[in-house]
Amino acid sequence: MTTRSIGMRLVYALALPVLIIAVWWVATLNETNPFVPKPGQIVSDFFGSWFGPLLVQQVLPSLYRLGVGLISAIVVGVVLGVVVGSSRVARKLTGPLFEFIRAVPPPVLLPVLLLVIGIDDRSKIFLIFLGCLWPILLNTIDGVRGVDQVLADTTRTYGVTGWQKLRRFVLPASLPRIMTGIRLALPIAIILMVVSEMYAAIDGLGYQIMLFKQIFQIGPMWAGIVIIGLIGIVLAWIFRVIERRVLAWYFGQREVETSER
Amino acid sequence: MSADATTNEVLLSVRGVQKIYSTPTGGVEAVRNLTFDLRKGEFACLVGPSGSGKTTLLKCISGLLAPTSGEVVLDGKVVDGPPRNMALVFQEYGRSLYPWLRVADNVEMPLKVARVPKEERKRRVEEALEAVGLAHVPTSYPWQLSGGMQQRVAIARAIAYQPEVLLMDEPFAAVDAQTRADLEDLVRSVWAKLGLTILFVTHDIDESVYLGERVIVLSSSPTVILEDLKVDLPETRDQLETRSDARFVELRHHVYEQIQKAKTYTGDTEAVRTVA
Repeated sequence: MTTRSIGMRLVYALALPVLIIAVWWVATLNETNPFVPKPGQIVSDFFGSWFGPLLVQQVLPSLYRLGVGLISAIVVGVVLGVVVGSSRVARKLTGPLFEFIRAVPPPVLLPVLLLVIGIDDRSKIFLIFLGCLWPILLNTIDGVRGVDQVLADTTRTYGVTGWQKLRRFVLPASLPRIMTGIRLALPIAIILMVVSEMYAAIDGLGYQIMLFKQIFQIGPMWAGIVIIGLIGIVLAWIFRVIERRVLAWYFGQREVETSER
Repeated sequence: MSADATTNEVLLSVRGVQKIYSTPTGGVEAVRNLTFDLRKGEFACLVGPSGSGKTTLLKCISGLLAPTSGEVVLDGKVVDGPPRNMALVFQEYGRSLYPWLRVADNVEMPLKVARVPKEERKRRVEEALEAVGLAHVPTSYPWQLSGGMQQRVAIARAIAYQPEVLLMDEPFAAVDAQTRADLEDLVRSVWAKLGLTILFVTHDIDESVYLGERVIVLSSSPTVILEDLKVDLPETRDQLETRSDARFVELRHHVYEQIQKAKTYTGDTEAVRTVA
């Protein structure tokens, strides 16, 4: 990629945010209501109150819980998804149960989890895990079920069975769907990370934002909300880099197929 | 190895194979009753009208499907799953190669699983790619290649696996005419060089006569054998010479007539239903 094309991409990515901030800035110039956020105020409050020890004390615990919850959801979702996806009996057994559990919004489980697991990290991690599990699990099941039948026959005729079949055929073939599931899980993870900290928490981004609200520190509160958004952007970016790497074959193949049409 | 080296030893034996698919509306009989033997080193073509249960039969032979009755015996053992000494090349080359593996890795994969030592694996992959004329693209991905080249990769993978029997299910039905002629000659040369036993399924009459030492003509579904024909053409085949040979034209005519009859053949009074 040339410097010029990177520059152009940056211009495209930033044009709309810059415009919105400019309009926002102009519209709130003469605003006196202290609850209406101003862009300049948010930036100075970010550096004033968040930057420094608060970032370590409140954001790191949040990121830790997000990371552990998400990664365990990926591991369990993929393992369980492969098992259920490969077995008709397992699908029939789990079908109604999955529909039921999936229909329950994870945040309503929080009070229960707090009582059962306790108010420490574990209940928060478990909530994130539970919310992220479904998109990953269901997409993995679909991915495993949807493997190409000709390729499956090919794999069988070459005597590739059991663990080898899983490793060399089923997992790579369902990887595009697994990645789709993980992409859907990312925003859920962030939402549940914040929600879990707004309730019976002693630290975390959500806790600190609620605290700022309660002590009428409206600027720092908004700066905290901006940090959540930035975490979302960084997470999506990391995901895209990984996806481009592990699914290079998939995007390449798709490009060839669409250009032939 | 040449046709003379074809021994009388039976390698593959298809005995009274019948396949009935059960569907919600009742059973559909795809294959009625097939019996034939393949001798070691033979190159036989199965030809029949489209929808004549050819693919079903091949799946039964390769152990992917269990026949409803009858049995397939390979090397004295009843086939009840894909045997180690058999390889299958599918029509859908685009769907039978692993898109996440490069060309050489596609060829090597079954060997890795079969725990072939690394040195030998490398040699076999190189030789197989060389044999199909693809030694120059080992690091490409299959989807970067043309259809004909992809099918060559599939053939290379089959060769590297060193099977005794190579089954081919209309392998050239989806490639253009020019590529097809090249691939036909390729298969002939691989057969002559490696002494494989090949069972080649096609709906193309010319192709069956051009390739085979023997042509087995199948009826419409439910399938039975209409004729088992020896192709007495010279061993070296040539796209121009052979195809204009008087004997080739005669055989072609004969098979064509049989296929025409096959289309109207209804077995018995039971309605013929086609199964793709």
